[in-house]
Amino acid sequence: MNSEHIVGKSVPRKEGRDKVTGRSQYVDDMVLPNMLFGATVRSQIPRGRINKITFGPEIAWNEFVIVSAKDIPGKNCIALIGDDQPCLANEFVNHPEEPILLLAHPDRHLLPKAVEAVSIEYDALPAIFTIEESARRAEIVWGEDNIFKTYLIEKGEVDGVWEEADYIVEGEYTTGAQEQLYIENNGMIAAFDAQGITVWGSLQCPYYIHKALMALCGLPAEKVRVVQMETGGAFGGKEEYPSMIAGHAALLAMKSCKPVKIIYDRMEDMAATTKRHPSRTRHRTAVTRDGKILGGEIDFTIDGGAYATLSSVVLSRGVIHAGGPYYWPSVRIRAKALATNAPPHGAFRGFGAPQSLFAMERHMDRIAQAVGLSPIEIRRRNFLQPGQTTTTEQVVREPIHLGNLLDRALEASDYHSKKKSFANHNQSGATPKGMGIAAFLHGAGFTGSGERYLSSVVGVEGCADGSVRVLVSSTEFGQGTKTVLSQIAAEALSLPYENVSMAQPDTLEVPNSGPTVASRTVMVVGKLVQSAALGIRQTLISSNLLRETYTAEEFRTACQNYVAAHGQFRSWSRYEAPSDIFWDDQKYRGDAYAAFAWAVYIAEVTVDLTTYSVSVDDFVALQEVGKVLHPLLARGQIIGGVAQAIGFGLYEKVVWQNGRMQNNQMTNYIMPTSSDLPPIRVFFEELGNVYGAYGAKGIGELPMDGPAPAILNAVEDALGVRFDSIPLLPEDIMDGLNSHGAAASSQRGDHGLGSAGGVP
Amino acid sequence: MTDSRDRRAKTEISFTVNGEPRKVHAYPMERLLDVLRQQLQLTGAKEGCGEGECGSCSVLMDGVLVNSCLVPVLQAEGASVVTIEGLAAGERLHFLQEAFLECGGAQCGICTPGMILASTHLLNGNPKPTMEEIREGLSGNLCRCTGYSQIVEAVAEAARRRTAS
Repeated sequence: MNSEHIVGKSVPRKEGRDKVTGRSQYVDDMVLPNMLFGATVRSQIPRGRINKITFGPEIAWNEFVIVSAKDIPGKNCIALIGDDQPCLANEFVNHPEEPILLLAHPDRHLLPKAVEAVSIEYDALPAIFTIEESARRAEIVWGEDNIFKTYLIEKGEVDGVWEEADYIVEGEYTTGAQEQLYIENNGMIAAFDAQGITVWGSLQCPYYIHKALMALCGLPAEKVRVVQMETGGAFGGKEEYPSMIAGHAALLAMKSCKPVKIIYDRMEDMAATTKRHPSRTRHRTAVTRDGKILGGEIDFTIDGGAYATLSSVVLSRGVIHAGGPYYWPSVRIRAKALATNAPPHGAFRGFGAPQSLFAMERHMDRIAQAVGLSPIEIRRRNFLQPGQTTTTEQVVREPIHLGNLLDRALEASDYHSKKKSFANHNQSGATPKGMGIAAFLHGAGFTGSGERYLSSVVGVEGCADGSVRVLVSSTEFGQGTKTVLSQIAAEALSLPYENVSMAQPDTLEVPNSGPTVASRTVMVVGKLVQSAALGIRQTLISSNLLRETYTAEEFRTACQNYVAAHGQFRSWSRYEAPSDIFWDDQKYRGDAYAAFAWAVYIAEVTVDLTTYSVSVDDFVALQEVGKVLHPLLARGQIIGGVAQAIGFGLYEKVVWQNGRMQNNQMTNYIMPTSSDLPPIRVFFEELGNVYGAYGAKGIGELPMDGPAPAILNAVEDALGVRFDSIPLLPEDIMDGLNSHGAAASSQRGDHGLGSAGGVP
Repeated sequence: MTDSRDRRAKTEISFTVNGEPRKVHAYPMERLLDVLRQQLQLTGAKEGCGEGECGSCSVLMDGVLVNSCLVPVLQAEGASVVTIEGLAAGERLHFLQEAFLECGGAQCGICTPGMILASTHLLNGNPKPTMEEIREGLSGNLCRCTGYSQIVEAVAEAARRRTAS
């Protein structure tokens, strides 16, 4: 019996050796005999009717395979939720870069010229590009009213709170699109034969693609196979769009009867694939003299782009997180996902929560100013306590003490003495400094009834050689899925970590354990791995092949004997919703998530008044994520998420023109480099979680939520000027300071903007 | 063929890759990256951006760190090229590879080959870099997963071990 725990230990990453030696096989590293290369002809306009397609004379078109919408054997859609997005535009296009035609050729170098030689004439239709234009229905571009989805959360009696309020605090906050910018571009290979269609690719969700290909190719489940290759980063960017690329590769493979590889280059990937939804949030909050929130109204709107895709689900997570980690006796939250003529926005780490939490955490600082309390005190007085309810009336049953988290983060960041020394430092000089706080939460697993609908299945196999193999469709793309799920199986079976391996995610081999999204893998899938592993153990014990306590060698022999006697030895486990979790889809009320992770982040910044650039000098990330199963990976997840969120707040601006990204290159879309980032200091509280494997909760998305508001709060602390839109670039700071300077000189005596927004 | 690049324009180019002499037939302006990946099946170098911004195609050419997506293969004539495949001695990992594994320097792995080669180059020129020097030295290689801390720590740890031994 192995007495040492494996969960909680930083065991070596399962596929680490292959990654550091360059042996890992990513999709572009794979070559099939007689393989063609595919390319996509895309819409050059945001909206219109396709009139005429002309193939230029300079290309030997007879050498090319050409696929259009009429070659689609099944339904022309990317099956997901609403099935409104075509795989290839037929008559109309609704956004720039919408796929229209597919080309394939054995020489990949010939494709760019061929794509260029296709000219398409359109009858342009008026298009809209902003939340405002869509909301006022400047043009109806989707459905009857441009609305993909709305939600309403109501708690208590909001209409009564305004009269009782000592302060009513209002604010509007906006966030921009953000590119996931995985370093490996999207790519797929498809092959078609009598067995059906097989695709290999860079992807997060094998069964999303499986479902999409069945509908598109008109094939039964057993004739569609999806295999995940090593995947070079994803962050949500490989959640839904790979179904599109897989569909394209499959159509070309079916028409040509040859394998087809489609690899996007960076410019195509950035221009055509999904980004984080731009958002606008309005808060109106009733507050008492002593800083207690009485209630409020929150209006949360996201730009979904041209098709519905995942926007309804992103909106759902955003709206549920909109109230932050605070107690609202009364609240009314209206949420809306609207259509515009940009390429559809999609999944990106955090999934709506970074947008609504940015607003909440900026707004808390505004409330603090209105009431005359510190950012610390306003949060402390409104933190959710165990026994209280969230905005969806979920009772907080976890023994969380947010005040303690806050105290610990303040201490780790040396907050008070820094504030004091900055007050002196900022008296003079061109480099004011500031401190900013964000407190937040992130729900683990699918929202509401989501996990019930998914009904995930996981398998654990006792192999003929006596080793153990985990069968899941959960994918590794940097987070450590293979490592942590192996740890869980090893722990459940009291075996060394090395005795457990992971099956390659291949729909022929592994069951549907749901998509690898929503911070659900460790908590939800991990728990199923634990119980499937226990099933293996129980079977061996009840077959009298194994005693209750055993050595790894005894287990190996028992497993070998079982397989010799009975053949394939697999144990399955299917998700069952905990009996104490209730969610009402109609009223949008109840237990939104089985567990939340909680966090307090503190940013320290310097603003250079010569260049107007902000540098983050120190960053403290303190979180409660349940039991930390792998400290090294967990810390890596937090640091990586914080870095990406610093980009979201300070660097990464998507420049749009008529719905098309203009800066679709790494040269002009700027993500943080190693010299841009501070050391990010990570701290964990571990309270445990009854619903997750060995007490774990979700962790992957959480660090995306807090850094942007913490940094903007710190910038305001440094400058005394408020900024409520991200990304916050140097030119925005220059403009803000200039107009503040103009306002201040015309309103002498006004101290900063600190009192604006507070309406006594 | 409608290819404007006449097949006869291909030329023979000789260079050393990971210590072995190699001869390839390639268009002079073909990218070294494509020749390594497609002709020599050395797929450790990755294309991230194709414009020299991300560094995931980094290789060492005569000891200098280059973005192989920006190097015409003709320029490699007579040069000695080292790719990620050339670092480990059989199954024995290079000390930087060991450190990346232990310190969490590799997450999704796509930037890792380039990052490790950039780190090799850094330590060759500066065996005892400060944390700041490591951050500066690796700033030409982008990583979207790690936030860099564990990469920087891996390089520092590798340097510490090497100078200690």
